Amino acid sequence: MRLEAREQTPAWLPWIAIISSSLATLIFAAVLIIVAGASPIEGFYELFRGAFGSKNSIAETGATATPLIFTGLAAAVAFRARFWNIGAEGQLYIGALATTFFGTGLIQFAPFIMIPFLFLMGFIFGALALLPLVLLRQYLKVDEVVTTLLMNFVIILLVSYLLEGPWKDPYSLGWPQAAPIVDSGVLPQIIPRTRLHLGFAIAVSIAIVIWYVQTKTLFGFSTRAVGFNPSAAKHSGISVTKTMIGVAILSGGIAGLAGVSETAGLKGYLTLDLSPGFGYTGIAVAMLGNLHPIGVIFSAMFIAVIYVGADAMSRAIEVPTYLADVIVASTILTVLVSLVLIKYRIIFKGKF
Amino acid sequence: MILELLELLFNAGFWAATIRIACPLLMATLGELICERAGVLNLGIEGIMTIGALVGWTTVYLGGDLSTGILVAALVGASFGLLHALFSVYLGASQHVTGIGITLFASSIGYYSFRILLPSSTTPPKIVAFQTIEIPVLSDIPFLGIALFQHTTFTYFAFLMVPIVFWLMNKTPLGLAIKVAGENPMALEAQGLDVLFIRTIALMIGSALMALGGAYLTMSAFDAFYFGMVNGRGWIAIALVIFASWQPFRALLGAILFAAFDAFQVRAQQLAGAFIAYQFFLMLPYILSIVAMIFAAKSTHYPRALLIPFRRGERH
Repeated sequence: MRLEAREQTPAWLPWIAIISSSLATLIFAAVLIIVAGASPIEGFYELFRGAFGSKNSIAETGATATPLIFTGLAAAVAFRARFWNIGAEGQLYIGALATTFFGTGLIQFAPFIMIPFLFLMGFIFGALALLPLVLLRQYLKVDEVVTTLLMNFVIILLVSYLLEGPWKDPYSLGWPQAAPIVDSGVLPQIIPRTRLHLGFAIAVSIAIVIWYVQTKTLFGFSTRAVGFNPSAAKHSGISVTKTMIGVAILSGGIAGLAGVSETAGLKGYLTLDLSPGFGYTGIAVAMLGNLHPIGVIFSAMFIAVIYVGADAMSRAIEVPTYLADVIVASTILTVLVSLVLIKYRIIFKGKF
Repeated sequence: MILELLELLFNAGFWAATIRIACPLLMATLGELICERAGVLNLGIEGIMTIGALVGWTTVYLGGDLSTGILVAALVGASFGLLHALFSVYLGASQHVTGIGITLFASSIGYYSFRILLPSSTTPPKIVAFQTIEIPVLSDIPFLGIALFQHTTFTYFAFLMVPIVFWLMNKTPLGLAIKVAGENPMALEAQGLDVLFIRTIALMIGSALMALGGAYLTMSAFDAFYFGMVNGRGWIAIALVIFASWQPFRALLGAILFAAFDAFQVRAQQLAGAFIAYQFFLMLPYILSIVAMIFAAKSTHYPRALLIPFRRGERH
């Protein structure tokens, strides 16, 4: 078996690839539902009802998509330059810490200043969390995959310390949670009396801004050049280190925004279970969106449907909730296959 | 307090704990080392350790004996290695994304199966894990006896893996082929050997070792399966491979040093817990790994073909 690069890709092929990889994932999920002793048809019906069945469930899907758009963008921006930031989970929590530090009474502004101020702080601190690691990579050749992964553990322990110690809300009845965000910093709801908040609109706007930056600016061009071939980029006068630092600031910062949006928009205060792995799921979102900012919006919506729907389904037909994670993980793998098959054709000839 | 901590170094129980903590890291590091020597970074390690911990435990829980548990864990690990190879070796997909995908896939399917097996258990059920074997005569040696020769069979097995992996990599044709596949795959192809096949074999052997590292947790260190019990050990093993410069005996040194530090932080927590929050002690192993990587980075010579997919007929 060998792979041969396609000279041209037929226009229908990416669509077929995306549809067949989603189909493969659904078939696999059906097998798992049968293993659990439930009916897949009833399961998928409950899944779609859970994600789209009412105004509330649609709002819930949007609310779940919000952090995924942020973390998906964080991964997409970095991966496009072949900078492997697997630390969005930690950077999200750093953004949440910044929100809690500035947003629980330290400073008070009117909402139209306070909300942008909190997002700015989340961005800055998220970026600062990634900055030393990109410098280590560029100047000392320290592999960023492992450092970003290990920092996730360090940061989550820091959050745990602050929530059990100095930042613990004395009115929380013993729960490890921080004081609530002041009213002027809380993100307003988009659909009243649901959990869909302003963070969703901000996430979509950021995606559009990133798309503009990537397609229309010199920085976007350098990013692609560095990701495609660093040594060629260097020879054509692009500073690889400067571009990488820019990419890291953008990627860490956007992941920090996810923390702001979850703390000030969804929960209103910081807890240790703020993110059930949004940073890692962001990698799946970025892959499924083909590392394209607008694609990330749609893939985050798709994965949010799976999460919200699978949650409702697992309660209705009594299968373990981990099914949603299995579906997301197998999506990464099936999409990966289809991305290869879009670029190459498999030739079964000669020795295997 | 400083004196009390120094005394630890002369405490046989402390070194016995170090040996136990080192085992899962050691097997995982050796496994990753074999994969990377063949030119494939295996980021599936964290998930493969999780699934290894689960299937090893489950086999014994469902009535199998301990050695069957080890065998099943190794086979399941090897099949996830094969899955990794289908993506990263045969299809030439990104090794980073494949690995993260395998980690998420293996751990989520592990947790899903665990919940199907035990729908609503609040306290995880226990198995009869490997018991301590006192090696006759040797275990009576003062100090060294307690530190080195009063461990479980699985512990001795883990340490035996070091010379075995050394022998495999340096004294057998397969080991040589694995190293060439990671340094200069074109040369291997020129010898008429199949680079993709050699890399697949390396991934399967390596992943089997990773799964054994996970199984050690549920079958020797503890006797039950807990959610999130691998807790970043896989990522630490990846840092240790770099620290070890891809040499099995240096991997042993790294795992022991790291484990001694971890055992030390547990004792330090007991002594200084009143002054410093426990979270800072728990952070130390991760910070130490990052620091070790920074120091190792200068002298690091990565296998030259690491991360580069091999496509027949394409020149690199």
